[in-house]
Amino acid sequence: MKNELLLERRLPSKRRWSWPSRNVLLMTGALAIWWFLYGQLPSFSSWVTHSLLRLSADTHIGSAAEFFIYEAPKVLMLLALVVFGVGMLRSFVTPEWTRKILAGKRESVGNVLASVLGVFTPFCSCSAVPLFIGFVAAGVPLGVTFSFLIAAPMVNEVALVLLFGLFGWRVAALYLSTGILIAIIAGWTIGRLHMEKYVEEWAFKAQVGSDPGLETGLSWDDRINRGLQAVREVVSKVWMYIIIGIAVGASIHGYVPADFMASFMDKGAWWSVPLAILLGIPMYSNAAGIIPVVHALLEKGVALGTVLAFMMSVIALSLPEMIILRKVLKLRLILTFVGVVGLGILMVGYLFNLLL
Amino acid sequence: MKKLQILGTGCSKCKRLTEQVEQAANELGLEHEMVKVTDLQEIISFGVMRTPALAVDGQVKVAGNIPSIDELKRMIA
Repeated sequence: MKNELLLERRLPSKRRWSWPSRNVLLMTGALAIWWFLYGQLPSFSSWVTHSLLRLSADTHIGSAAEFFIYEAPKVLMLLALVVFGVGMLRSFVTPEWTRKILAGKRESVGNVLASVLGVFTPFCSCSAVPLFIGFVAAGVPLGVTFSFLIAAPMVNEVALVLLFGLFGWRVAALYLSTGILIAIIAGWTIGRLHMEKYVEEWAFKAQVGSDPGLETGLSWDDRINRGLQAVREVVSKVWMYIIIGIAVGASIHGYVPADFMASFMDKGAWWSVPLAILLGIPMYSNAAGIIPVVHALLEKGVALGTVLAFMMSVIALSLPEMIILRKVLKLRLILTFVGVVGLGILMVGYLFNLLL
Repeated sequence: MKKLQILGTGCSKCKRLTEQVEQAANELGLEHEMVKVTDLQEIISFGVMRTPALAVDGQVKVAGNIPSIDELKRMIA
């Protein structure tokens, strides 16, 4: 019986493989066009600025305009491409799949796995509670669950690729490795503190239904649709912030003297990193929205560690998420969570300011 | 009579899914009953870890994404 079911599921997908569908071909064409346009952006922006608008590269407004006309389409195009890829990937790596892998893992190994998987698994802050209970009730240890909950928003694949596109692989790699490290250590620490009694009791008793297994029978067309759907959803939500962020960056680029920002967020000042973290907590943005701000700060010579701390604080320590988690966690555990993650970010901030 | 349950704690995505399902059902002329499930324990009892989700006659069809009207029509028909 079981074998029959498996066979039934496999046959149609085999047929789909033998001849790529129209959507797959269209998608390949779209990617080629994307690649071509992306390569033309520098000459396009300089053509618009100098030939069309007749602005000189030596003037402030000229350099600001060129910056904006290059950066805005570049960041939006990168964003669309990455969100599409991740949207497709997420039809494979689901929280249900991750839970299956993490259930019954030992703590230390579990923390590492949960943090790495957290990077790739879809997770929106409004799903934090069902996800938390789904994990804990399936026997995933509390500390391991926290590693996942910390890594998922902190190391955001959109931010990762945007950092790569704007600042190169070094900054992207730093962000990825330190983000995962914080999730591992913070989750492990919370596990060591044995705070199970600060989880609302009903969470452990909750009747968890069986996994509906929605993603198992998807075709490539379905997965491409998931990717496109993600692009529509994310880009429609963040494009405005990105444009505003780049416009701010462009105006700073052209006008504000380079040492203005750096003077009050200088790496010499010990309080700049904790200040950046505190400023980041009430600010709520998704990772893609914060990148242009990061860009502007770095451009003006604010130390990398301080900027990284600010960014991590904005995306990993968000007030709305804490309020949602309060439904299932007692205040003391939420404060511990904020404290441990904040401390981790603080250390990362200082470390980078010290090293670079 | 189909029982359409929207599982979610009330974020903006849940509202959008509700509207989409309503539209799909109306376009089909489907006789249905819409129920909003906001209680967390009940949501979890469906085995759902991502919201919003849609259950048709008690069976989960969507979790964590908002399908198109056409897809929804196929799911609820």
